[in-house]
Amino acid sequence: MSGRFNLKRIGLALAAPVLAILFAMLVTSIVLLAAGNNPLQAYSTMLQQLTKPRIQVNILNSATTYYLSAIAVAIGFRMNLFNIGVDGQYRLAAMLAAAVGGAIAIPAPFHALVVILVAMLVGAFWAGIAGLLKTTRGVSEVISTIMLNFIATGIVAYLLTPGRLAESTQGSNNIGTKPIPESGQVPGLAIIPNAGRNEVYGLIVLAIIIGIAYWFLLNRTRFGFDLRATGSSEPAAIASGVDVKRMVLYAMLLSGAVAGLVGMPQLLGSSYTYSLDFPTGLGFTGIAIALLGRNSPIGIAFGALLWSFLDNSSNSLEFEGVPKQTVLIMQGVIVLSIVIAYELVRRYRIRAVARDVGRQLAATAPEKEAVA
Amino acid sequence: MIPISTDTSASAAPAVELRDITKTFPGVVANKDINLVVRRGTVHAVVGENGAGKSTLMKTLYGMHRPDSGTIALDGEQVVLTSPSDAIDRGVGMVHQHFQLADNLTVLENVVLGSEPRRGGRLDFAEATRRILEISDRYGLDVRPDVLVEELGVGERQRVEILKVLYRGARTLILDEPTAVLVPQEVDELFSALRELKSEGLAIIFISHKLDEVLAVADEITVIRRGTTVATVLPSDVTSRKLAELMVGSELPTPETRESTVTDVAELVVSGLTLVDRSGRELLSDVSFTIHRGEVLGIAGVEGNGQAELVETLMGMRRATSGTVVLGADDVSTWSTRRRRESGMAYIAEDRIRHGLLLESPLWENRMLGHQTQAPNSRGPLLDIKGARKDTQRIVEQYDVRTPSIDVLASALSGGNQQKLIVGREMSSEPTLLIASHPTRGVDVGAQAAIWDLLREARAKGLAVLLISADLDELIGLSDSIKVILRGRLVADADPATVTPEQLGSAMTGAEGAA
Repeated sequence: MSGRFNLKRIGLALAAPVLAILFAMLVTSIVLLAAGNNPLQAYSTMLQQLTKPRIQVNILNSATTYYLSAIAVAIGFRMNLFNIGVDGQYRLAAMLAAAVGGAIAIPAPFHALVVILVAMLVGAFWAGIAGLLKTTRGVSEVISTIMLNFIATGIVAYLLTPGRLAESTQGSNNIGTKPIPESGQVPGLAIIPNAGRNEVYGLIVLAIIIGIAYWFLLNRTRFGFDLRATGSSEPAAIASGVDVKRMVLYAMLLSGAVAGLVGMPQLLGSSYTYSLDFPTGLGFTGIAIALLGRNSPIGIAFGALLWSFLDNSSNSLEFEGVPKQTVLIMQGVIVLSIVIAYELVRRYRIRAVARDVGRQLAATAPEKEAVA
Repeated sequence: MIPISTDTSASAAPAVELRDITKTFPGVVANKDINLVVRRGTVHAVVGENGAGKSTLMKTLYGMHRPDSGTIALDGEQVVLTSPSDAIDRGVGMVHQHFQLADNLTVLENVVLGSEPRRGGRLDFAEATRRILEISDRYGLDVRPDVLVEELGVGERQRVEILKVLYRGARTLILDEPTAVLVPQEVDELFSALRELKSEGLAIIFISHKLDEVLAVADEITVIRRGTTVATVLPSDVTSRKLAELMVGSELPTPETRESTVTDVAELVVSGLTLVDRSGRELLSDVSFTIHRGEVLGIAGVEGNGQAELVETLMGMRRATSGTVVLGADDVSTWSTRRRRESGMAYIAEDRIRHGLLLESPLWENRMLGHQTQAPNSRGPLLDIKGARKDTQRIVEQYDVRTPSIDVLASALSGGNQQKLIVGREMSSEPTLLIASHPTRGVDVGAQAAIWDLLREARAKGLAVLLISADLDELIGLSDSIKVILRGRLVADADPATVTPEQLGSAMTGAEGAA
């Protein structure tokens, strides 16, 4: 509803994720019990990880990446566009941006900015293909972005060979793009005490800025209103004068540009090269987290942190003799149950509002007691 | 109460017998001590203003919710209905006001959807077709099973809805405002179908607030006011005035405009407007007309004869194949919807739920819809939320939108209040041309009168209005001139001062032209 605070509203907003997480814990507990493990022991081991500075840094770092990925997905979701292609978009973008970053030598802040800009352009371009296919030929973006993921994988594999954009890393059989020199690197932030050499990605700031920009764009600009209107009712948006085709293209371009950023914290903050072991699949994590955070910038932040915590604490389960894949079960159940929980809460909310209106109108106009 | 024929000891048990039904939602008594007896082989009308509790009652009978107290008996057997499928199993079927058909499926597929005939694990369409044709013939519904629903007119769609319910074995039919979307000839067809149905021993519950129709078709009439049944009467014992008094306790308003405000300044000049769809079918053929400032031009026509296409082409939502649209001094033929809106076109859409509102957004966001590029809703590329909220508050007060706050979702308002919000919104941008499609469809008597007043006021101030309505009294009462549309062509002119609904009706179906 409005931007005003309202305890009931916040309660409703929290109800779905909390219920989903509790339900996921219940299911996971059953799995753990069935496998002969002690669920409470497992959970407390995971929670203990939270106290370790090194883990804290890792949680923030993965969450930064997840956050960007989820925002990219959420931009599409707000318009009923399912950009499954964030995965291909960020990998292609990171690889090409890394190659550019390694090839140029310009002064400090600009070097990194150029890399980031290249990544955004490549991401936008790759997503834009799907956008164009949808607006001109009516191809579902679900199909085209999945296909584009495969094509991106092929292109990356083709280009990431010695003699093209890659060079062999000394003393290993890994290959990657030419490392980005120091002028293009983004220094880490030592905001977690006692973490030793582990630092938080400097680009966590970028993720925060993107989150704020996303919120501002959606809620404070005409463009955002058009986008949300298209998402909630396309016929109504058309009647209100929104050019839906253009909005589809813009939304895909924006989503792709943000997707291009997904690889940046890692590229500019720790690996400095796009190599064979650059993380993959972050685009799919983003889909799960966008669902979890219900496309809200704050919700996605919590979702990204939770996901990251689960990922980063899963290793500790091995010490308890619990397979760390247990966490995958938990993540899966959370996503499934959250989708159901949100729908239930949404329906409840619509009914609750209607009832409130009836009640308040009845209170102000006692002679009008009947409301159908 | 004027109880009539509650004599259940007579020959057969009534098809439906509701006793002392009470249903409350927190804080609201929606139904209180409802008593209703519907006998087999009759059409029983339930009348009442919007918001009187008719829908709540029908939802109770259709198993969509359970009453807090009271009993339901079907064919003499007391039942507890927990879901619509429960109701269907017991022979109670409902035809909703908003059709629930999938446009891209055929009639056959729509009818069998959810109760597909199977033989050996496969769909048996031959058997389904046979049954549909059998039902169609038996009750004179004239339904063609293999046509896509999107190709059907409103009357046909309604018959498909009825057939769908009969196909599932319904012996008691609930029709929710079935005539709201029909023209007089279609209404007559519906009524003859209803007579056919009741002669076959079905019981029909007919919900309406059109009293003349109720008097014409019903065998008994139950009036609901403020959530309770206030009377059950025979049509021969009452006049529509008497019924109206029972319903609202006050006189019905009339849509008549008093003096003419038509000027000689042309506001909208449409010439040779033609719209051809992909398959080459002409949806609009050479449509030309002029609307002057201060003039209401009414378009009469059987639904599906190009009215929707005309409106959408004028609004820029469809591109005309040829022809020009001139608004004021500008040729807007190639302009986008947004540009047309910004230059003074306002639009009350035919289907407010689909085209006029964002149901899951608060009222103040709905205030912006369609005007998101204009003050007070935005400044440059940024939204002016404060301005929009303030102006929404003004609309709510000025146009009497009944709502506790501008932060509630649009879905929480009643149809009449949603429509008043839309009218207020469209009038707030100081338009020069208003395109109003069925502006009072599905709203209650009070809101209808309010909307008529608003249209009259705006017209007096020099607004040009294109009015499309299936309510011929409304069309005749509000319009300064009337044109009849048939298969995408303007085929006749009528003078609202002299024409009768019957004459208009025959012109609309292509019979000899009216005045």
